[in-house]
Amino acid sequence: MAVLVLADHDGSALTQPSRSTIAAAAKLGEVHVLVLGAAAAAQAAAQVAGVAKVLHSEAEPYANGLAEPVAALLVALAPNYSHLLAPASAAGKNVMPRVAALLDVQVISDIAGVVDADTFVRPIYAGNALATVKSADPKKVITVRAASFDPAAATGGSAAVEAAPSADDPGLSSFLGAEIAKSERPELTAARIVVSGGRAMGSSENFKIIEGVADKLGAAVGASRAAVDAGYAPNDHQVGQTGKIVAPELYIAVGISGAIQHLAGMKDSKVIVAINKDEEAPIFSVADYGLVGDLFKLMPELEAELAKK
Amino acid sequence: MKLLVPVKRVVDYNVKVRVKADGTGVETANVKMSMNPFDEIAVEEAVRLKEKGVATEIVAVSCGPTACQEQIRTALAMGADRGILVEHDGVLEPLAVAKLLKALVAKENPELVILGKQAIDDDMNATGQMLAALLGWAQGTFASKVEKDGDKLKVTREVDGGLETVSLKLPAIVTTDLRLNEPRYASLPNIMKARKKPIENVKPADLGVDVTPRLTVLKVEEPAKRQAGKKVGSVQELVDKLRNEAKVI
Repeated sequence: MAVLVLADHDGSALTQPSRSTIAAAAKLGEVHVLVLGAAAAAQAAAQVAGVAKVLHSEAEPYANGLAEPVAALLVALAPNYSHLLAPASAAGKNVMPRVAALLDVQVISDIAGVVDADTFVRPIYAGNALATVKSADPKKVITVRAASFDPAAATGGSAAVEAAPSADDPGLSSFLGAEIAKSERPELTAARIVVSGGRAMGSSENFKIIEGVADKLGAAVGASRAAVDAGYAPNDHQVGQTGKIVAPELYIAVGISGAIQHLAGMKDSKVIVAINKDEEAPIFSVADYGLVGDLFKLMPELEAELAKK
Repeated sequence: MKLLVPVKRVVDYNVKVRVKADGTGVETANVKMSMNPFDEIAVEEAVRLKEKGVATEIVAVSCGPTACQEQIRTALAMGADRGILVEHDGVLEPLAVAKLLKALVAKENPELVILGKQAIDDDMNATGQMLAALLGWAQGTFASKVEKDGDKLKVTREVDGGLETVSLKLPAIVTTDLRLNEPRYASLPNIMKARKKPIENVKPADLGVDVTPRLTVLKVEEPAKRQAGKKVGSVQELVDKLRNEAKVI
């Protein structure tokens, strides 16, 4: 039986976490992808390596990703699939547990490994333990930790695009608006390099020091929870257990002490750099390269050094 | 408007958990237990809605062993009016908890259930959405702002690119994100008063709910540990290492 992936997209292409989800799904069966909204994104999904079929709908209730109609659509499609997957993004985490409950199955959240069709590895306790769980449910509903799977290539596939059926909109909620930050920088969960600031940044004004270095590296900007709570950085920058999980090639933690909740979001990065004035800070215990000192002195030096080729 | 607020007893967020040597789970004996931090935010939001005159009564619920009474007492000390303990000693997965809560909703008829978005032990992020599904209610997950708007509820949600706002028909489910509010500490007089507030005790069987787990935990292990690396002496040395040793820039 085929497996279905609910993909996130930006209007023209699938997000990288969606392609990681397709890679995880490919271990379970023939992959079909459901794309809601822009037709260009459905065309892009058809190009992704390993995708056998794309289901697409531009119907009104799905356009803004409201959980109730999207879950109803997935439930209508479910009889054809053994597994239903989505990235563990804000959208996937919103919809998939609702789908699971409607199907009377226990959702398997944030998987980091596929053992077999019934058995999955998932982090618990902020990633301080890994549980291998076997599901007894007839159908599996899953969200996927994108950082744990290499994304499927964006090109190389040539799937057919079909119109998705429509399901009744339960009409329980309506979309009023969104404030989505526009940025030239790469998306946090897809970036090759991430530079993150913590509470020690002291103000949102000072966060520009992080941005300066990030722009020299073509990096995304992240933040610790403390920095977000203090208003130095917007909520969508938060890296950690309950924020975004990232695993870039290079993660630079600036003025971040390294609470376990933050480490949970970045400790699978390939190379970690910590810059902190407290040489006892726990962040140094996971860093490949540590630099002890005043970030307000070191960061401008770093920006200048990176400018030299 | 009557509110139901479920609270979960979890290993305190400051505890560094240890995986049991036999790989069956994590060590929870003699470990400090607390209310799940997101559930504290849920209780706080409920109390604020009551202080604003929007809510009339707050019922705090916990599902789990007898000791969950401590977390219900905490909610009562913060301002909830009464408690319900659904007593059960085994594993309770989000689907089972959602079914228990659905049964309580049928008895209590709340207009709004506010839950934490995620418990910091199993990190499932599921119970609120599952309860909304079982009740056929609207859901406003990962909320950073909740406002009553006539006969609807306006919820601002933390999403991947920023914030979005949805309007929910009532009754509805809200799950809390970190920026919704800052929970209060219960004052000593309120802790004393909370001791006199009633807690009802029920069993899953009383509610007619089968709580058999759907997932079997085959093993629990520690993730690979990262080795601490080296300290570098200067920015120049750092950039050199990143360029020529790690080769990441």
